[in-house]
Amino acid sequence: MKLDEQTRGDFPILQRIVSGHPLVYFDSGASSQKPRAVIEAMSEYYERSHANVHRSIHTLGEEATELYELARDAVQRFIGATSREEVVFTRGTTDGLGLIAETIGRTLKRGDEIVVTELEHHSNLIPWQLVARDRGAVIKAAPILADGTLDLAALDRLLTARTRVVAFTHVSNVLGTVTPVVDIVRRARSVNAITVVDGAQAAPHMRVDMSALGCDFYVFSAHKMLGPTGIGVMYGRRPVLDSFEPGRGGSEMIKEVWIDRAQWNDLPWRFEPGTPPIAEAVGLTAAIGYLEKLGMDRVAAHERALTRRTIEGLAAIPGVTVYGPPLAVDRGAVVAFAVDGLHPHDVAALLDAEGIAVRAGHHCAMPLMRRLGVVGTSRATFSVFNSPEEVSQLLTAVAGLRASL
Amino acid sequence: MSQASSAPNRLYSDVIRERWRRPRHRGDLPGANAVAEDVNPLCGDRVRLMLTVEPQGRIAAARFVGDSCAICTASADVLAELVSGRSRSDAAAVEVGDVLAVLQAEIRPTRMRCVTLPLTVLAKALNGGRGA
Repeated sequence: MKLDEQTRGDFPILQRIVSGHPLVYFDSGASSQKPRAVIEAMSEYYERSHANVHRSIHTLGEEATELYELARDAVQRFIGATSREEVVFTRGTTDGLGLIAETIGRTLKRGDEIVVTELEHHSNLIPWQLVARDRGAVIKAAPILADGTLDLAALDRLLTARTRVVAFTHVSNVLGTVTPVVDIVRRARSVNAITVVDGAQAAPHMRVDMSALGCDFYVFSAHKMLGPTGIGVMYGRRPVLDSFEPGRGGSEMIKEVWIDRAQWNDLPWRFEPGTPPIAEAVGLTAAIGYLEKLGMDRVAAHERALTRRTIEGLAAIPGVTVYGPPLAVDRGAVVAFAVDGLHPHDVAALLDAEGIAVRAGHHCAMPLMRRLGVVGTSRATFSVFNSPEEVSQLLTAVAGLRASL
Repeated sequence: MSQASSAPNRLYSDVIRERWRRPRHRGDLPGANAVAEDVNPLCGDRVRLMLTVEPQGRIAAARFVGDSCAICTASADVLAELVSGRSRSDAAAVEVGDVLAVLQAEIRPTRMRCVTLPLTVLAKALNGGRGA
């Protein structure tokens, strides 16, 4: 059975009629839809077990704590972390990258260098700009080549004894470029730089294995991988996490507190101040369970087939430009495109009138847009529930766009 | 694209389609003495408005250039038309409702910024925007 045939019935929202057409949802790269298993797990938690976690000495508190910590075990297994202490819950990818930047930022000195890439989402750029400004550090960006892949030779030239951080995306949210994480980590390590990987567009779509990637930090969001909004994961390699003071303060992250000082809690709670997103953790466990049951290799193969079909189909339509690496190169479940003479927002609005949801605009990657020489693009992104038939609908609709405005 | 779909026809009214295909006031305005530019942070759209303001304060000419969607382009084109020939103060009094009345379209909240960007740029131009 094809993956979409197996999964479509699990997503209640796919029953929606939009503009008189059954919803075709090609915006999972911004936020995916949720299977019934996730929605029900969160409802059941609120109906049966909700209380605050960790210090509530009563039945519900214990149940909530157990459920919350079970999510950590699920994530550890899902990403191949060595220990559960390496899994820190955040509010999402942006929050995780901000936390890392603030945490590392405190140790930066004037003239230290932070290396990013031209592919980055603003979330992996602005936090570094803020700490660089505060600490007098310098930001440098590795460029991309004409085919949308990273210029590794140029990256090498940027790495110096002053490089403290190399922060880069695993999969570009615009071009779908898959960066060679292992290779970049090796290069960064040769100058003793800390590696920070934005996995927001990777973790939902392919098998990610921390022990194989070897990076110091890896962050992603639950809501892009069939889970709820409001929770994300910051994986940190144990020795690296151990070496940092907590970036943010509050309850949960301490052992003992005096008026003027405190003793930090153990990992991972040291990096989780305040009441965490508990119901969201329960939802994340359900999302991971759902993806694991499908099998991430199968998910990746399904989405790769949709991506290929979309790229080949769009490229055959006169006046349509497809961005990103050629099909021969490994690509994520992202296809950015432009229709000659039409603004991306008009493309999205006209497709919406056919019930097709795509993203349009700068995709929070303005430096990359500038590099591509465009204001924005339209973008289709895929998930487990998308079908080849839906891709055909998109292609038909795009082919008719230029005549419609 | 099926022409039977009514939603895009309500959003992309005949006025918007016409002004998008054949804007009447698009292009550079040599000698403009009140110029401003701004971007829509949501989409990155950019509009530059150029006015020739006579010493007595009458706007003799208005033109725009920019990278913008159909709605924003139509709004800028209509706005340039509305302010041409008016005094500075009359031009400053032009409101979004005046533009919408000409556009004759059902603009959703998510696209209202496309309509208002040219008005923001106009306010900047009238409040001291200078230069070529």
